[in-house]
Amino acid sequence: MKSLTRLHVVCALGAVAVVTAAAAWAQTSAVDEIAKYRAALKDGNPAELWEVRGQGMWAQPRGPKQVSFEKCDLGLGPGVVKGAYAQMPRYFADADRVLDLESRLLWCMVAQQGYTDADARKSPFGAGNERKSDMEALVAYVTSESRGIKMNVALNHPKEQEAYRLGGKMFAFRGGTHDFSCLTCHGDDGKRIRLQDLPNLTTVAGAQLAYTTWPAYRVSQGELRSFQWRLFDCFRQQRFPELLYGSDASIALTMYLARNANGAAFDAPAIKR
Amino acid sequence: MADPMRIRANLVGDVTDVKVLMSHQMETGQRKDAQGKVIPAWFIQNVAVTHSGKTVLSAQWGTAISQNPFLAFRFKGAGKGDKVQVTWTDNRGDKRTDEATVA
Repeated sequence: MKSLTRLHVVCALGAVAVVTAAAAWAQTSAVDEIAKYRAALKDGNPAELWEVRGQGMWAQPRGPKQVSFEKCDLGLGPGVVKGAYAQMPRYFADADRVLDLESRLLWCMVAQQGYTDADARKSPFGAGNERKSDMEALVAYVTSESRGIKMNVALNHPKEQEAYRLGGKMFAFRGGTHDFSCLTCHGDDGKRIRLQDLPNLTTVAGAQLAYTTWPAYRVSQGELRSFQWRLFDCFRQQRFPELLYGSDASIALTMYLARNANGAAFDAPAIKR
Repeated sequence: MADPMRIRANLVGDVTDVKVLMSHQMETGQRKDAQGKVIPAWFIQNVAVTHSGKTVLSAQWGTAISQNPFLAFRFKGAGKGDKVQVTWTDNRGDKRTDEATVA
């Protein structure tokens, strides 16, 4: 009788092992299929349409003062775009703040082109037929000019160090109705939302892969999405208060994630499902 | 006015490899807006590609084609420096023509 029970236990354990192996296989094959899908789409990435539109806008006189972005200094001198994104966010003495790309563009629109702050931040994110976002096009163009260049975000100025420290703190801060933090989803390997793999941002490889593939064209939304949008939507998914566009909080988080990606070649605008 | 297309044409041996990205909403006519009203269909109907006055591809499209469509095809007979011209027409009668040089 005793030996019979033991046999049953052994059989049951065997069955469990088979089930787990099958589940693991199904999961990796789904991941492989998504990777194949991305590779197939990479050749015809519609992000290029945003890049072309942004490039055209860059040189155009804009705003009440009719000044183009060629006067806008992204950190490497007025109008220099090549490689600028790989070194952002950074401290700008004229603004006396640490700024990421999008908040820097806002700054140029207000200080140089004469827009009011409200006008400058009118349509940060596009919405299909109803609204096209100039900001997303500009972001696509500027970031495309850093493709292949190694991420090199400095922490020299005390305000840069402060932003990095705050960003790290926010990344681990739990709150909201669901008691979430960024780490809840991005602190372990192998986490998913539905079929979407979530990068483990606490590892160097995970942080590099994630940061260097944003902005991206989202096939399911038919839009190019910027890094500010990525953070905005993470906050929404966490049921946090709305992350204000270009706010110090958004810049600090960007600083933390960008700096952690240092050393990897930037590879965006990318394409995501 | 629609946004410009992105066209690449590369000669590989005697075959020209053409890749075209078009900017278009490609609305199917089956979706509804926030008020519950049907969003009218709006899509590219005809695509024509010519090389030195000769049509090398002509296509009739419908609502099954994705937003911001990507079209890739190959044809023979072009040389380096030739122009390839792509035109689309949508169901509202909007039109857009762009061209690329074979490289």
